[in-house]
Amino acid sequence: MGLHAQIPLGEPVTAQAAHVAVRGLTRIFPGANGRPPLQALGPLDLDLAPGEFFSVVGPSGCGKSTLLDILAGLSPASAGSVTFEGKPVADTVPDGVGVVFQEDSSFPWLSVFDNAAFGLRRLKTPEAQLRPRVEEALALIGLSDFASAFPAQLSGGMRQRVCIARTLVMRPRLILLDEPFGALDQQTKLLMGDELLRLWRETGATILLITHSLDEAALLSDRIGVMSARPGRFIDVIETGWARDRDSRLAADPGFGAITARIWRQLREESLKAMRAAP
Amino acid sequence: MPAAKPLKTGRIAGPLDTVVLVGASAALWALAARWVGPQVLTGPVETIGYLGGLFADPEFRASVWETTRAFSLALAIAWASGLAIGMMLGAHRLTGEVAEPILTALYSIPKITLYPVILLFFGLGMPARVAFGAIHGIVPVALFTMAAVRGVRPVYFRTARSLRLGPLATARHIILPACLPGIVSGLRIGFSLTLLGTLIGEMFASQRGLGHMVIRAMETNDVRLLIALALFLVTVATGAGALLLAVDRRVARLGAGRG
Ligand SMILES: Nc1ncnc2c1ncn2[C@@H]1O[C@H](COP(=O)(O)OP(=O)(O)OP(=O)(O)O)[C@@H](O)[C@H]1O
Ligand SMILES: [Mg+2]
Repeated sequence: MGLHAQIPLGEPVTAQAAHVAVRGLTRIFPGANGRPPLQALGPLDLDLAPGEFFSVVGPSGCGKSTLLDILAGLSPASAGSVTFEGKPVADTVPDGVGVVFQEDSSFPWLSVFDNAAFGLRRLKTPEAQLRPRVEEALALIGLSDFASAFPAQLSGGMRQRVCIARTLVMRPRLILLDEPFGALDQQTKLLMGDELLRLWRETGATILLITHSLDEAALLSDRIGVMSARPGRFIDVIETGWARDRDSRLAADPGFGAITARIWRQLREESLKAMRAAP
Repeated sequence: MPAAKPLKTGRIAGPLDTVVLVGASAALWALAARWVGPQVLTGPVETIGYLGGLFADPEFRASVWETTRAFSLALAIAWASGLAIGMMLGAHRLTGEVAEPILTALYSIPKITLYPVILLFFGLGMPARVAFGAIHGIVPVALFTMAAVRGVRPVYFRTARSLRLGPLATARHIILPACLPGIVSGLRIGFSLTLLGTLIGEMFASQRGLGHMVIRAMETNDVRLLIALALFLVTVATGAGALLLAVDRRVARLGAGRG
């Protein structure tokens, strides 16, 4: 099919210009209860350019969430380094990094507005400054009409958007998302993808998205990192070449099929390996 | 996008249900009283009249005051120590795992078996009544609080860290509200059991209080007084219980619809 000729591998970004730089990153979980230690990840390298939309796909259990945790500063690396805006990421989440987890983490005791305002309230932001920022974030993810609703009154997809708003309000320059739309149906997923693209364009943030969905990765990303079975490493990085101004209608583009085909060719082998290795 | 769903609450009894329930109970009561005769059971009208008169009786008023004092103290002790123990056990997993079966066993033994020990410790009087009330309430409050603290979803802790919250802010703004529904349920059950314990304590180890009045009415076969006291206690306990249940439901509603 000559896909490799059509879609060149991305030029590596130089370390200075990179927004996020990962070198030789490895994570080994110490074996508990007499089990041997488990190498979950790496060693792997990754550079994210400022404002880039990067997706990670890989077989189940290959270490995607582990990678996200280390990038966020939520758990330590066993070897290698991560820098964000030139500063090393250690065991705290750096200012400017926002995380959206796979699980719904909206606070049921707060209204949608108060959920979104949560981070700013902790920083004692004056209400006059807080209000427009929260309203802006709610508008961006289409929840303005639900500001006074509680999470229990919302659908799963809407709750996940509440979590995105809570992160967005802090104006992160790097947004890490771990399968935020995993539990949603296909149509909602596509629409949420469009919203994600819109806020990515409007905020100028760098996005790293972990996803199970090859379609989602192919539609949304500037680049897609395909990971091997555990311990996860990048076996391919695919540059999509999409224009910045794009949406889910790209699904009709012939290039879309070519990209998903290329991801799947890489991933099929690895997924089989992961399935066989599964306990 | 789907529209907002209404809150998923079951039908909650309204004022009309209460009126119907009270009316039906009174009718049954009147029928039963007519059936067995006033030597065994006085009817509702007579009992209410008699209870009204009791409020003027200084002995009854003193007893109400005694019981209120003992119960308030017992409740304060049960709630405060139950909360403290539950939080400690919830936060420290290992201790909690060791303590849970012990607490559950304590919860299920009839407290009356501890009675001789308490009498030995405190003698007859206020401290024994308070202690007896409190031991009924502490364990359920501790168990509910422990379960609530343990049940805080791990993703909330990760969220706290991702929002760069310190330990204090995490406790106050995330852990506490996340536990609140479970804690309030525990406090409510602790309330009922502490009241029960206090009254039982008064029945067996006191010369004062409503529990003691009940025992004396039984000994002297004063049916009118006995039934009036029972009506008074049931009314107060149900009223307070309903109030706490309303609070409980309000708090729980905010946590509803979670997976
Ligand atoms: N705290 C831990 N202790 C020990 N092993 C762990 C721990 N966390 C993850 N692992 C293991 O590390 C491997 C990678 O886990 P991780 O959650 O990163 O995978 P993933 O790619 O996100 O999987 P999925 O696609 O199912 O979400 C898995 O085999 C997992 O069992
Ligand atoms: Mg994962």
